[in-house]
Amino acid sequence: MEILNEIKFSMPSLSVNESAARAAVSSFIIQADPTVEELADIRTAVSEAVTNCIVHGYRNTQGKIEITVRLMPNREIYIKVKDNGCGIPDIKQAMEPLFTTAPEEERSGLGFSVMESFMDRLSVTSKVGRGTTVTMRKRLSIHGS
Amino acid sequence: MKIKIKSENGTAIVVLSGEIDHHTAKNLRSELDKFVITMQPEVLAIDFSNITFMDSSGIGLIIGRYKLLKECGGQLEIHSPQPYIRRVLKLSGIERIVKII
Repeated sequence: MEILNEIKFSMPSLSVNESAARAAVSSFIIQADPTVEELADIRTAVSEAVTNCIVHGYRNTQGKIEITVRLMPNREIYIKVKDNGCGIPDIKQAMEPLFTTAPEEERSGLGFSVMESFMDRLSVTSKVGRGTTVTMRKRLSIHGS
Repeated sequence: MKIKIKSENGTAIVVLSGEIDHHTAKNLRSELDKFVITMQPEVLAIDFSNITFMDSSGIGLIIGRYKLLKECGGQLEIHSPQPYIRRVLKLSGIERIVKII
């Protein structure tokens, strides 16, 4: 499908970069004139995906997080967040609400639930020892301006 | 992230300003715990009116403080979250255990 515009960037898996990832994605998406709510939804979903890479993918290690954002036809936003970390052995279990492998860090186990709720579509592919890729899509509403 | 603590009629009010994510939650967690353990408040109200972003890391933070306060015989309240923050709170179902005003 035709890509109207795209940015790709990568960052080391430092927690201080979580806000930078949100800000970069927001500033790119603003050209599509999302509502305040849509922008908040996308920022939150990106924050969850990036945090998962840092907390779970690269736990106790450091690696690279790659983020791709595309503006697609029909006001669809495509976001891919990829790590080369430890991978998820059981994706179905990982996506269950409240499931977490890091309770000692007070992880609520709601990351995937938030991504699913705030975006229209979510897909997760993972290979143990190779990494995880999260792809999310959201169709922006057509509004006044 | 800024933290301001004040006391009103036996309730300790913590006013947070900024964004709550996994990165900022670490520092918040230790600051709040230090306060709860030292002051043992009956009610700890966290004022969310100046919080401009929160993801599920904030839910973990709230649940952790709820548990600590419960152990100390206190209660946790969340005050004035913005509509967008309310959506994240609602998704978690946290309003079943923590009063949100």
